[in-house]
Amino acid sequence: MNESPSPRWITPAGLLPVVVAGALFFYFVQMVPAIADGQTLRHVIEWVPSLGVNISFLIDGLSLTFALLITGIGALVMLYSARYLAGHVHQARFSLFLTSFMLAMLGVVLSDNLLGLFVFWELTTITSYLLIGFSHATQKSRRSALQALLVTGVGGLALLAAIVLIGNAAGTFELSEIRAMPGVLTQSVAYLPILLLVLLGTFTKSAQIPFHFWLPNAMAAPTPVSAYLHSATMVKAGVYLMARMHPSLSGTDVWLWTLTIAGAITMVFASVMALRQTDLKLALAYTTLMALGALTLLLGNDSAYTITAAATFLIVHSLYKAALFLVVGILDHQTGTRDANKLFGLASAMPVTATAAAIAALSMAGFPPFLGFIGKELKYAGALAVASEPILVAGAFLIASALMVAIAGIVSFRPFWSRSGDPIPNVKEAPWPMLVGPIVLAVLGALFGIFPDLLAASLVNPTVEAILGPAQEAKPLQLWAGVNLPLALSVATFVLGFTLYFYKIQLRNMLIRLVDSSPSFDRGWDKLLAAVLAGAKWQTRVIQTGVLRRYMFITFGTALAAMAGTLIIKDVVMPVLGVPDVTIADWLVFLLVLLGTGLTAITNSRIAAIAGLGVVGIGIAMIFILYSAPDVAITQLLVETLIVVLFAAAALRLPGMGSEPLRSRPLDALLAIGLGVSTTAVLLMVTSGPIDLELTTFFQTASWPQAFGQNIVNVILVDFRALDTFGEIAVVMVAAIAIYALLKSKPEKDQT
Amino acid sequence: MNSVILIAGARLQVVLLLVFSAYMLLRGHNAPGGGFIGGLIAATGFVVYAIACGTKDARAALRFDPANIAAVGLGVALLAGIVAILWGDALFTGQWLFIGETETDKGLPLSTILVFDIGVYLVVLGAVLSIVFALEETS
Repeated sequence: MNESPSPRWITPAGLLPVVVAGALFFYFVQMVPAIADGQTLRHVIEWVPSLGVNISFLIDGLSLTFALLITGIGALVMLYSARYLAGHVHQARFSLFLTSFMLAMLGVVLSDNLLGLFVFWELTTITSYLLIGFSHATQKSRRSALQALLVTGVGGLALLAAIVLIGNAAGTFELSEIRAMPGVLTQSVAYLPILLLVLLGTFTKSAQIPFHFWLPNAMAAPTPVSAYLHSATMVKAGVYLMARMHPSLSGTDVWLWTLTIAGAITMVFASVMALRQTDLKLALAYTTLMALGALTLLLGNDSAYTITAAATFLIVHSLYKAALFLVVGILDHQTGTRDANKLFGLASAMPVTATAAAIAALSMAGFPPFLGFIGKELKYAGALAVASEPILVAGAFLIASALMVAIAGIVSFRPFWSRSGDPIPNVKEAPWPMLVGPIVLAVLGALFGIFPDLLAASLVNPTVEAILGPAQEAKPLQLWAGVNLPLALSVATFVLGFTLYFYKIQLRNMLIRLVDSSPSFDRGWDKLLAAVLAGAKWQTRVIQTGVLRRYMFITFGTALAAMAGTLIIKDVVMPVLGVPDVTIADWLVFLLVLLGTGLTAITNSRIAAIAGLGVVGIGIAMIFILYSAPDVAITQLLVETLIVVLFAAAALRLPGMGSEPLRSRPLDALLAIGLGVSTTAVLLMVTSGPIDLELTTFFQTASWPQAFGQNIVNVILVDFRALDTFGEIAVVMVAAIAIYALLKSKPEKDQT
Repeated sequence: MNSVILIAGARLQVVLLLVFSAYMLLRGHNAPGGGFIGGLIAATGFVVYAIACGTKDARAALRFDPANIAAVGLGVALLAGIVAILWGDALFTGQWLFIGETETDKGLPLSTILVFDIGVYLVVLGAVLSIVFALEETS
């Protein structure tokens, strides 16, 4: 895919996001010294204080680490995309989605209020949906986008339920306040539901087995998106939340075992699956899954070793994985393929990309002196310190890490240095905006490897402190920790990894046979969706008969059951009915309404029925006038008039009502009478009690001095309760649009 | 409907009803009336006109698409509510200006409340007419 005249890439759509992300990155960088000092920054904007919902932001080590990754990698990825998507029709749309995602993700990691966090969490789900489905013309993109949306959306709902339970148990939604009350959640009766719901949210977001299948499919997104959302940031939102809730939820057997088992299975399964792939991007996607599994596993424990390992590995992984994704994107962009069987010996054609890939891959494989080595040593040290089964966990890490070595070779060594096939001819080095990202990220991996204290003091220690509390010291990051068990495991990793790399073709063929013959989650997903759809169709057939009279019958029947049921259950005593002092006028209105009702009920003509209803409405308006409510009466009169016009306009196009005699509808009559009687009973009960005039008095006294109006009804509508009125007119507007659409969307031939 | 009397009457009536609706709208704060009632009265005028002369003529007489009128009304109401924020008050707090205020007389009261009520008026007018016209036109 060598586009000869390079498209214009210096455009506002391409570069504005870079500027935004870069500015945010430097804003967060200048906070590093204060946070490293052990301070935390908090900023609160009250939103709905009466419900405890605030937009509050808290910056401590954990959130700052994430914020730096989000904005730093964000700036590099956006620079990369500016060139990668240069000239694309929807480049501006892409930039908008990507920037929105970045801001939403920042919201997730900075929110101190759980409900605020939830809103941002859902925003990342939605922007991720839009980005995966960016190439909306292909069916695969749309399916993958929807799958990701549904899986993470279900998790989001579970999270919301968990948040509500947490709010009930702790009495606050502020995370910092919840953390300050140790045991408030672990000793709560709702602990188990809270934990399971939180984990459902985080496992779907961070693609833990059995919710992992959406992540490889999400690779349908453009490569910068995969590098940014589905590797470095969004999928780590689940990990972030587990780390965030670690002080409040961890320490129990359920937490330990759930995270350990899910993490370990995901890690081993994903690294095996990664070896099966020939698409380099998919291989990387599975290694991302492996990393997420490892982080989940490590967070299951609360020893300083495992948490330090988690914090370090989080940073290591984001650096090398984003770099490698961008490298694969470059390969795709410059050669037109990502197939491992077609890419060989490109190092001389693209030396800079090859170098960046090599450095990142060495970090991924865990060679000294790169940061990946320190991360791996810490993982082994952490694995040996876990509270569950150190031997099994360390074994799982050994298998996964060895496979990482093999995959690092497949992704970054083979396409550039291998001579097993012929290089694709006429490949050019990528343009510089696409090279900056991989180089900076890869070099950072090397730099932090050689000077680990730089990273330890600024980010790792504050992060560990944020998770474990100030009492716990983070374990040191060092390249040479002496001859110990982790080092021995490292050596074993390399030996095993090289062996796997040399037998990769045979292994891959074996895996392809194995995987294809076993049930797949992805196909299971399709079956699940089909089942849900079939269920929906079945219940629609049962409930939605399309007969208006049946709907009305059910609606009014339900109302009757509720009212009569309440009257019976509450065992209410009917007030004694005296003959009230009614005037002749009252009697006349009553008679008018009665006649209108009778006409409507017995007539066989639709127009007569409508006229009868109009009479009833006008009678009610007259009652309002008699009891001096002129505003209501005028409105009622006008609405009644318009309703008759509307009904008449609609009724003229309907066939006749048929000549079904009244006595053949005893059930309808019974329902109508029952409803009338119970409504009357309820109204009598309501009016027989003392009427609370507090509101009336308030409006009467406050209307003139506060709102300069003498018509209380109007003052309430447009001043005291203006927001309600605004909502109502919005509903009126929406209803009008809906009716208009309904009438106009009918096909011409259906109209009579 | 082809009745000369009805058409002539409707033309006269729509003017009267429109003037009356404006009167009801403006006096609403202190006497029965207001945006909702005003909007309904104005809509009734156009409905009668549509019945007498057909929706094509009624749409032409209205000049704007009723759905647009409703949308503008909603926007006007929202703006009237947002203005309060500029003065540091809560959303939809009424802002008043009394022109020619003296010790004894409040002068001419102008307020965002009135603007809000005009918004309500437009929404009701536009929404009712959208529905009625669409219903009439489906024949």
